[in-house]
Amino acid sequence: MGIMKRMKSKFSFLKKLFKKRRARIGIYGPPNAGKTTLANRIIRDWTGDAMGSVSKIPHETRRARRREGVTINSNGSSVTLDVIDTPGLATKIDFHDFMELGMNEEESKRRAKEATEGVIEAVKWLDDLDGVILVMDATEDPYTQVNVTVIGNMEARKLPLLIVANKIDLPESSPARIHGAFPQHPLVSISALEGQNIDLLYQEIADHFG
Amino acid sequence: MLMKGIQMDLISEDKLDGMTSMEKVRLILDEVKNGKILVLEKGLTPSEQNKLIELTMVEITPDNFSGIEIESYPVKHGNRLLDKLLGKTSLRTRLTVIGPADQLKTIKKDRDMISALVSAQ
Repeated sequence: MGIMKRMKSKFSFLKKLFKKRRARIGIYGPPNAGKTTLANRIIRDWTGDAMGSVSKIPHETRRARRREGVTINSNGSSVTLDVIDTPGLATKIDFHDFMELGMNEEESKRRAKEATEGVIEAVKWLDDLDGVILVMDATEDPYTQVNVTVIGNMEARKLPLLIVANKIDLPESSPARIHGAFPQHPLVSISALEGQNIDLLYQEIADHFG
Repeated sequence: MLMKGIQMDLISEDKLDGMTSMEKVRLILDEVKNGKILVLEKGLTPSEQNKLIELTMVEITPDNFSGIEIESYPVKHGNRLLDKLLGKTSLRTRLTVIGPADQLKTIKKDRDMISALVSAQ
């Protein structure tokens, strides 16, 4: 451990004592990884409210949604967060993909345009966060550029990152593949839809972002 | 006989080191929009990747450009003694392949191998 790091950890109790601002945490990931399903579950469990609508069509969330002052208690630890549910990150958006899902051309072009704006907003939010929950679809290949970019950003800024391997209710899911890809970061395997391992996630959030 | 195909440019680390972030992003987008595949010996920093994604989104148009396919390996952590002593994290970016989304498709990617399919439009 470096000298600076050692000093930092020695004085971390003072940092905690004087830390007043709550942590601003972004929920990131590719489209359809389950970000809004997870955000809804967190907000519902701890405030009784909901965050946004969920759809099988990609880019349902096209504006970042923010919920302030969400207090999570787990195993004696407590953390208050501002939770930002961000639009899915992508490097390509083709309106034809929406047409294939049953939208007409005009609707598809509008949605594609809004989706590009959503991606820009999600990227801009990265500058203003204290940590990230990166949601990955555990049935998909984890080495996507979106995942690599978000992780690279957090590592470069030395900000905490928690990987959520979502959709473990599906038989083809493989959280081990995600862990193998990014072994340097903590990972929790969950089903945001079914609530599987959700208490474990709250514990990790309280430990990690508190 | 005129050979038909897709142009692929391999850009060296030295050339990239001499460019600003915005110059790199502009070069990538201009070349990719012209249908070229680029291989960068040294990839982009995380903040350059952000810029590239942002500008790509701005330039997407319904019938001409649907975005880029970009694949790079996860950054490597540097191992310099001085950085360790100072508790600094030095990140080393790695080889990156970028092309038009409608011409380059990643088939498989893992920690040390990228397999991609390139097609003519």
